[in-house]
Amino acid sequence: MRILGLIFLLGLFFAAPLATYAEPMDFTEKLDIGISTDEISITSDFRGADLTIFGAIDGFNADLLAQGKYNIVVALEGPKENTTVRKKQRVFGIWINTNSMTFELVPESYSLSSTRDIDTIAPPGGMNNMGIGVNHIPLTPIGYIGDGSNLTEFRDAFRRLRETTGVYQRDPGGVQFISSSLFKASVRLPADVPNGVHIVRAYLFRDGVFVAAKALPLRVVKTGLEQAITRAAHESPLFYGITAVLLAVVTGWLASIVFRRD
Amino acid sequence: MTVYLPIAELSVNILIILGMGAAVGFLSGMFGVGGGFLITPLLIFYNIPPVVAVATGANQVVASSISGAITHFRRGTIDIKLGTVLLCGGLAGATLGVWLFSLLRRIGQLDLVISLAYVILLGTVGTLMLWESINALRRASKNETVTLRKPGQHNWIHGLPLKMRFKKSKIYLSVIPVATLGFCIGILTSVMGVGGGFIMVPAMIYLLRIPTNVVVGTSLFQIIFVSAYTVIVQATANYTVDIVLAFVLMIAGVIGAQYGVRVGQKLRGEQLRALLALLVLAVGIRLAIELVIPPKEIYSIVSAGRGF
Repeated sequence: MRILGLIFLLGLFFAAPLATYAEPMDFTEKLDIGISTDEISITSDFRGADLTIFGAIDGFNADLLAQGKYNIVVALEGPKENTTVRKKQRVFGIWINTNSMTFELVPESYSLSSTRDIDTIAPPGGMNNMGIGVNHIPLTPIGYIGDGSNLTEFRDAFRRLRETTGVYQRDPGGVQFISSSLFKASVRLPADVPNGVHIVRAYLFRDGVFVAAKALPLRVVKTGLEQAITRAAHESPLFYGITAVLLAVVTGWLASIVFRRD
Repeated sequence: MTVYLPIAELSVNILIILGMGAAVGFLSGMFGVGGGFLITPLLIFYNIPPVVAVATGANQVVASSISGAITHFRRGTIDIKLGTVLLCGGLAGATLGVWLFSLLRRIGQLDLVISLAYVILLGTVGTLMLWESINALRRASKNETVTLRKPGQHNWIHGLPLKMRFKKSKIYLSVIPVATLGFCIGILTSVMGVGGGFIMVPAMIYLLRIPTNVVVGTSLFQIIFVSAYTVIVQATANYTVDIVLAFVLMIAGVIGAQYGVRVGQKLRGEQLRALLALLVLAVGIRLAIELVIPPKEIYSIVSAGRGF
């Protein structure tokens, strides 16, 4: 019996790393999150926003919690689009886009917040499999990429550019425990945040092992005039174009009346 | 004070946009040009995506050309028939231009072509104008009588078939060069967001030998329609006309133009042309520098959702 028990335990021990990245069914821990709003509206003076996400861990192991073995990662993922990275090279003295690579469905924005640097939370392989973190978001090229020797170069350029423009950000320390099992995470939405459905994803790690996740949608919408204009431009472009011209005609005509001197 | 541009999808300082519009309006009033060739590069310098800058620039050109055209219409200095022939070529050119625009955008060379076209065009026109105006200034200082080139000689253009009589301009001219000129300007309007007056006016005077008094009015007449058409086609094909940006530019532009006209009246023609030439060259050189110096960032990102 004891031997059997030992084998069972050993089995669990070895199975754990394998099970880590599959659906975490065998863990008692549960993660719950809530956001103050499910909609962010972009008004004419929008300059970015901070979003606070509250969460709680349930079914935790009190000892491990006291030792700080639980880590939380919260990511705000923007809508996904196929994205092309282009590279300029000097041709006959001028700089021209020569090479390009398109990645399949990558988030337009990505804001990450965690209890500590995510590379110290779990091994990089795991983060890669789950696509957590700016350096681990899957970047799958589509189309012809030759021998793939420049894949790394384009991936690095993509990540660097997205981080320098502020649409991808990370805040190791943005998640704080406010009581033993309650936490608060803040993520930043940049001023040029893309419109559409964003997803707030929270991940719970216990001692480097992924144990639970939770996701909530967050809509980012243009409001009022901005929204009406964008909709008109895309849904009735002919009418929109004619309106733009009429606006110019009226402005020019009024100016010629107001400032008429002859 | 920021304002969010719904089509460009970014927040800009409204005072800077107003200032740009007013400055370009002032210059366009002073020199009697539409100002599209200044507003589009300025918007690009201010990080407005070139695709939006071009389409929106064309919209601003409509507003600034209307007031000028109304004045010329009252004075009766528009040759509608000639303008219509130019316009037919212009509409065909603009259609081809928008198609080219979409194609270049797809293959990722649009920004380059826009910059290159500006450098070549502004460089050439600026140099020619500067040369001409310096000579005029020199002659004026020597108290020589300033003589325009006598439009007596006929060039090969006047030997072309399909001739038509333009009563208002008092000329008998083939429609081929007129429509071709309109066609070329139409392409420029839709690819570069310029009205093209600064090329069309000299071409009409020196190449087609059209009397100077109807040239400006007639070119404005054609510019209004070609730019308006370009705006509508850009709006339907590329969704890149930012009405908020265009409106702010227009308002500032028409007001700036009024003050520009007053200052312009105090300066002599050659002086004005020399100043305009320097301005045109300066914008061209600024764009040229950007093409040849190693860029700070050799990579760029384009996503399907945003398009630019």
